[in-house]
Amino acid sequence: MNKIWWKILGSVLVLYTAIAGLLSGVPHLAILNETIRNLYFHVPMWFAMLTLFSISVFYSVKYLLYGKESDDIRAIESVNVGIIFSILGLITGAVWAKFTWGQFWSFDVKQNFTAVAILLYFAYLVLRNAIDEQQKRAKISAIYNIFAFPMMVVLIMVLPRLSDSLHPGNGGNPGFNSYDLDSRMRAVLYPAFIGWSIIGYWIYTIRFRIRTIENKQNS
Amino acid sequence: MQLLHQVKYLIKKEVLLEWRSKYALNGVLLYVVSTVFVCFLSFVSIAPVTWNALFWIIMLFASINAVSKGFLHESKGQQLYIYTIASPLALIISKTVYNVLLMMLLTLIALFFYVMVFDYVPQDLGLYIIATVLGSLSFSTIFTMISAIASKAGNGGMLMAILSFPVIIPVLIVLIKLTKNAIDGLDRSVSLDEIGLLLIINALVAAVTLLLFPYLWRD
Repeated sequence: MNKIWWKILGSVLVLYTAIAGLLSGVPHLAILNETIRNLYFHVPMWFAMLTLFSISVFYSVKYLLYGKESDDIRAIESVNVGIIFSILGLITGAVWAKFTWGQFWSFDVKQNFTAVAILLYFAYLVLRNAIDEQQKRAKISAIYNIFAFPMMVVLIMVLPRLSDSLHPGNGGNPGFNSYDLDSRMRAVLYPAFIGWSIIGYWIYTIRFRIRTIENKQNS
Repeated sequence: MQLLHQVKYLIKKEVLLEWRSKYALNGVLLYVVSTVFVCFLSFVSIAPVTWNALFWIIMLFASINAVSKGFLHESKGQQLYIYTIASPLALIISKTVYNVLLMMLLTLIALFFYVMVFDYVPQDLGLYIIATVLGSLSFSTIFTMISAIASKAGNGGMLMAILSFPVIIPVLIVLIKLTKNAIDGLDRSVSLDEIGLLLIINALVAAVTLLLFPYLWRD
């Protein structure tokens, strides 16, 4: 019970947000209408992605300090899962954009910058593949990972604020508070953040264990 | 004190080496001049927005060529020799400072030539020059670190492009916005946000570089 309570918590939270997100009442806003519910499924993806990338940076720093191989595997696997979540975030956003903005890709600042941020992490994966020697690969990619993280934060948190975005609540000042978020929506959105982050972390621990076993078999 | 002394000495060495061969200076100057000339021949007359974008694209590739030379063209023996006589901090500081100086010189010459060939002067030339100085500063700090990573990974040019483009895109976008303000001759107080952001990005990159480079440098 000690070990699985957070897995149960994560699953319950995600199930709750999926059901409550589709059934609970939402404020009726022009243009958005019922598509406002996408907030529960789109924004948590970015939250989970940020959580996983932060975990990755944490282990990259740890690798540089102590040089343990398992820290390197943790860093790469959390990036792998984080990339999946970022792609899911792009897709949920694009499908929603098709119905509200008229196009899957509207060249909105946030869309463009998150695409660039994902490129940053693809570059990280390419860098890993370019180096054969295990220790060298671990060290150099850890350095690039730490270098890339602040740039990713600038890309998805700072730059979109400088120009107008099509995103709801934008036009100079994005963020949850400017969004027309009433207490019913908060009750679903915040659990969704926690739930999806836990699910992401869970996937990452499984990936980490698979990778560790594979490494043992190979050596 | 020791560090300062080493930095001074290493910068002197870089300048001396460059002065003997004049490879980067002449090569990149020739590159910039011929590209500007080709652009002029193909466009002849040009809209200010295109003029601006073209300038930054030319400078982007010129600075990749100029800056990446610093680490990529150094032999293993040379690096080992410097490793034994100087601290890694002194090395990265000297390389960055040298690259900043080189890039500022190159960018200003390029801007002069570009303005002359196209016979177009931005409305607020002072702000445009500030922007180019800031641009060369950001290009050199970012590319110096990335070229160090790429050279350690041992797969030079290709990796350099993949790793640096996602990192440089946010800077480039802010720069283009800033120079667009200069072209339109907007009041300078409008551009303070962009200038501040560029300075913050530079400080961020410099801090991360100083922290990470010692790990990268020791094999």
